[in-house]
Amino acid sequence: MTTTGSPARPARRLRGALATSLGLLLVATACGGSEPGGGGGAAAEYTPPGDDLEASLTYSVWDQTQVDSIEANIAAFQEQHPGVEVSVDVTPFGEYWTKLQTQASSGTLPDLFWMNGPNVQLYASNDLLAPLDGAVEAGDVDPANYPESLIDLYTYDDALYGVPKDFDTIAIWANRAIFEQAGVEVPEGDWTWEEFQATAAEISQALEAEGIYGAAGGMDGQTTYYDTIYQAGGSVIEDGESAYDTPEAQAGIDFWRELIESGGSPTMAQLTDTTADQWFTSGRLGMYWGGSWFRAALTDTPVAEDVVVLPLPTGEEQATVIHGVANVVAASSDQQQAAQALQVFLAGEEAQRQLGEAGSVIPAYTGTQDTFTESMPDADLQVFLDALDYAQPLPVSESTAEWNALEVELLPQAFSGAEPVEEVTTELAQQMDAVLAEG
Amino acid sequence: MASPTSAPGRWRAAGAPADEGGRRRPLRRDGAWPLLFAGPLVTGIAVFYLWPVVQTAWFSLTTSEVFGGSTFSGLDNYRELFADPLLYRSLANTLVYTGVVLLGIPIALYLASLLNLPGLRFASFYRVLYFLPYVAMPTAVAMVWRVIYNGDFGLVNHVLGLVGIEGPYWISTPGAAILAVSVVGLWSSLGFSMIVVAAGLKNIPPEYYEAAELDGASRFRQFRSITVPLLAPTIFFLLVVTVIASFQLFDLLYAILGNANPALSQSMSLVYFFYQEGFVSNDKGYAAAIAMVIFAIIGLTTALQFRLQRRWAQGG
Repeated sequence: MTTTGSPARPARRLRGALATSLGLLLVATACGGSEPGGGGGAAAEYTPPGDDLEASLTYSVWDQTQVDSIEANIAAFQEQHPGVEVSVDVTPFGEYWTKLQTQASSGTLPDLFWMNGPNVQLYASNDLLAPLDGAVEAGDVDPANYPESLIDLYTYDDALYGVPKDFDTIAIWANRAIFEQAGVEVPEGDWTWEEFQATAAEISQALEAEGIYGAAGGMDGQTTYYDTIYQAGGSVIEDGESAYDTPEAQAGIDFWRELIESGGSPTMAQLTDTTADQWFTSGRLGMYWGGSWFRAALTDTPVAEDVVVLPLPTGEEQATVIHGVANVVAASSDQQQAAQALQVFLAGEEAQRQLGEAGSVIPAYTGTQDTFTESMPDADLQVFLDALDYAQPLPVSESTAEWNALEVELLPQAFSGAEPVEEVTTELAQQMDAVLAEG
Repeated sequence: MASPTSAPGRWRAAGAPADEGGRRRPLRRDGAWPLLFAGPLVTGIAVFYLWPVVQTAWFSLTTSEVFGGSTFSGLDNYRELFADPLLYRSLANTLVYTGVVLLGIPIALYLASLLNLPGLRFASFYRVLYFLPYVAMPTAVAMVWRVIYNGDFGLVNHVLGLVGIEGPYWISTPGAAILAVSVVGLWSSLGFSMIVVAAGLKNIPPEYYEAAELDGASRFRQFRSITVPLLAPTIFFLLVVTVIASFQLFDLLYAILGNANPALSQSMSLVYFFYQEGFVSNDKGYAAAIAMVIFAIIGLTTALQFRLQRRWAQGG
């Protein structure tokens, strides 16, 4: 019917074309709506790859600064598997998850891609990821080589979906010049909440005229209030329910209210206009609670020379939040063997050492981290590695993004002292439980 | 399968005198030819505009899973939505924004008539100056204004400080934030409004002004009695376009406020609310319901404006 080019039946042709395109759309929508992944079944049959492996893989990441070391990793991989082509696709973090979600809905996930803690359960529970257990059983990956809490992070329903390629912990980046200017001793070794609060307030008071503050709170749980909640002996999520209404979590939140109230930190409004890291890099903040990843951002700033890393203060206990990115394989990938071979290679010692030499992140493989600490010899970056001993995993669930939005909405009221911490956290716990119950 | 002679035959028939009591059947006569020519455009609109509207309407009646897949849930989304205080707050914020941006039309009218004055030097330079913000990327504009609005180090509060006023933290204070964004919206839409008004002004014959001048009409009288009435269609066009654009406020708000702003939930626009539900909370069905409400509001507002215009045109 469509082959005759006759103008006699334009209407019918048109209708035909219209129907076809609408039909295609319907099919596309239907595909999108159907079972997105093939589940974990296919992945269980892990076979160690041979040298004659041929495939063309897509690999999605979000950090442009790591692309050079990734390319180096891939080049090393291709020496073993010359038949495998890999195209790296970089999407900025802001759009990465939106894009990935769209790809997942339409069954077009990249073969291999970066995954983080807040999202892994969402993807794993929807059967979108291929488990790594086969490679572990075959002895190609040994989970014991990586920080245990990160292995836990990427384990869902007893299946391991990835091993971390890097990790980060939280510590305090301090500006020695500001301590000196304020006439305050730079603390050494472990210290307490009280000592930290006193130091912050003291710096703020001494340098009030210059508009310099001792420390800063913020809206980012990972670098601030998750840590203090753990330090107070509490947790954010406990057995699938919000733990914000516990006295321990409330103490962890109250820590920041107190810091702002005492003048040790700029107000929440000030911190929204100018974020804590900007205060720090512009030389107006004595102590910044930040992740090990902040090292890369420090390089060309005027404060880089004066920086020293201090451990987080101890409340009821010592704690920091650990997180790391993992490479995961899509369950929908039709080249799973090759994708897993690359996944396994990237987790191995050789690739991890290469990653460490690039210096922007801490590789996760035990024993490959020394290059990171040497990248800023005077700053005592070792603190970030020592923190592994007392690190707690980033709190996540299947609906992390949703309750993260609730934290951003509600907690500022508590930090600013506008509403009592107890009331805000109780409200937050209720709303968060509603989100968690939805699953 | 096709008879090649039928098409010309139809053409001839179309040229024949009308029969059957003179009923209107020209479409029939032309056969499918008009459809063929309009086809590509119609298909495009159908596939990329109408079909998504239909789909969104359908989605708004479903509860969706994160990765596709949904179940029919009737009017549940709408019931939940109309009980959601965020809907009313974001509607109020959108109205505030629209109100402020609409102030740009009289301002543009005034500025464009100034630029239209005969003998004005550097007229095209000014025109470029006013038009620049409209050409600039909203995100870039937002980044610059974020710095200007900065509570501690920003230009606005610095200037206010010179006259002894302590300005608020513009973008992190609920209430102030939406006003701050509105002013940027006003500023960046001014260029477009001015160009449209300027084009309208060019269409007014200069003889009118000459005649008015001879009759001794003042400049203001000329503006009120010649410029404004003759520009009525232009102003109406601007009104409709500005209202529609204002109701779609998202990028400026998103880029100026940022997503970790404590004032955000107080300062959301309707489209931001849609984004929040659809892409952050992954509740596509609920977001579709919000989209349908926005669609209805814009449709009603525009219909109302057209109705008012008819009355306005008759009255003028």
